[in-house]
Amino acid sequence: MKPTNGWSAALAACLFLLLPVAQAADDGSDTPIWGKVRTLLVGDRPVIEDTTGSVLEIDAPVRAEDAAVVPVSVRTKQLPGGAYVSKVHLVIDENPSPIGGTFTFTPLAGRADIETRVRIEAYSWVRAIAETSDGKVYVARRFVKASGGCSAPAGKDMEEALARLGKMKFKVEEGSVGQPSVAQLMISHPNSSGLAMDQMTRLFVPPHFVRRVEVTFGGEPVMTADVDFSISENPNFRFYVLPAKEGELKAVVVDSKDLRFESSVAIKPGLRGS
Amino acid sequence: MLSVAAVGVQALEALQVRQVAPGVFLFQGEVAEQDARNLGAISNLGFIVGSRCVAVIDTGGSPAVGAALRASIRSRTDLPVCYVINTHVHPDHILGNQAFIDDKPVFVGHARLPAALAARSSHYLAAAERLMGEAGKGLQPVPPSRTVAVEDELDLGGRTLKLRAWPTAHTDNDLTVLDEATGTLFAGDLLFVGHLPVVDGKILGWIKVGAALAAMDVQRIVPGHGDAGEAWREAFAKQGNYLQGLVDQTRSALKAGKTLSQTVSEVGPGDATGWALVDLFHRRNVTSAFAELEWEE
Ligand SMILES: [Zn+2]
Repeated sequence: MKPTNGWSAALAACLFLLLPVAQAADDGSDTPIWGKVRTLLVGDRPVIEDTTGSVLEIDAPVRAEDAAVVPVSVRTKQLPGGAYVSKVHLVIDENPSPIGGTFTFTPLAGRADIETRVRIEAYSWVRAIAETSDGKVYVARRFVKASGGCSAPAGKDMEEALARLGKMKFKVEEGSVGQPSVAQLMISHPNSSGLAMDQMTRLFVPPHFVRRVEVTFGGEPVMTADVDFSISENPNFRFYVLPAKEGELKAVVVDSKDLRFESSVAIKPGLRGS
Repeated sequence: MLSVAAVGVQALEALQVRQVAPGVFLFQGEVAEQDARNLGAISNLGFIVGSRCVAVIDTGGSPAVGAALRASIRSRTDLPVCYVINTHVHPDHILGNQAFIDDKPVFVGHARLPAALAARSSHYLAAAERLMGEAGKGLQPVPPSRTVAVEDELDLGGRTLKLRAWPTAHTDNDLTVLDEATGTLFAGDLLFVGHLPVVDGKILGWIKVGAALAAMDVQRIVPGHGDAGEAWREAFAKQGNYLQGLVDQTRSALKAGKTLSQTVSEVGPGDATGWALVDLFHRRNVTSAFAELEWEE
């Protein structure tokens, strides 16, 4: 089984091999999509490229193993002079909606780290943008190669995801007094984009995704996430909380159909939440 | 060949098929990732000839491969193609459907195939273009016109195909085809041979379905990739061991409070001798297993 036109096949093969390399060679600091997104997020404020991890670092795999579930984590540093990172934006250049999420932190979080999983459509720059309480903006980026041909940023079992809709798992890991503890929030939700057309009915599948997560401790905001369908099915967030006293850590989730889901966990400083 | 010419794709010679049982023909795809050289001829495709008409089982990763399969059918029989059956949504099994539109067959798939295609086809078409260049342009997904929720039968004249729709396993839309006359079961990607199994549905579901298939009283099982020959029961055992090993290791990682990224870098494939594409798919399988098992109670 050989193509009758060997030359064009060979040429196509070469182009295929060259394409991702050419994209990766671009350092990604100044792409058209990033230009637009940056203006949307921070206007014309100067953006400082953080190449040494002095304020933030982003971690993502070199290749999106599974286009539907790509782990991304953003780690932030303590800043001198009492300023802190108050907002982290996650941007995936090539996704249909490039701004995957904006995470807002208060000092009750202790540190503005966030770890989640995203869908990645194609070879793409993935960026984390940090805004500090004293008005500075920093950015760090990673290039993620696309997954193989049979992987899609879609659900694995769409019926099950709907059947389990809104079920949550919320826990806080044991930490030391005065140190931030890791909290993990899992939400069972299809988190679907609504961009797909049903080929039989020719109708667009309605979007249904988590759009906001508010985490409070004793009624005070800790972390708020404004997110969309770039976040994977069954959204999963790991972040920090720094409780100074006993209290209830509560998560309220609102989706694009205005359905509301809640979960809470009782925590004592230095003790595991349950 | 008309529909192929219409999308400007180079023609392939008729696929080389072999007769695995009387009237049952198989093209064994290369074990490889889809690219501009193989044009998606990377999965096993079959056709079964009755006295009235022909049923096709999977059509390959591009209209060019579908057309080459069609040419192979035409060189063996003049009977019409009355059914095109897709074993699941993956592009290397379904994107050749386009080449059969002019035959006006009934396209048959799992009841959950239309939804899976709706959610995935735009991405698969973009990936086809990325991976196959020119040959991946202008493709259209062709959804089933008849779906199977549990079981169904297709009459080809003098022989009956028994279809079975499975609970979520390799994907959430796996369908098997049994040719009763010869005891030949087309398992689609519920069985991988010579190719690391790829989890895109539920790993626990696949372990169960794999065990059920391995226990079936049939003459032979044709995998979705590679060739098991007579040793299909052993192939199911090897696949089952890999999947169970993945489950066990992922559960321990979850118990130890490891994150997804940590688990992906720590869980190994175990004995993967004889399987190609481990580097390409193992980490993906761990990702998928982790995302599934973290919801276990
Ligand atoms: Zn498959």
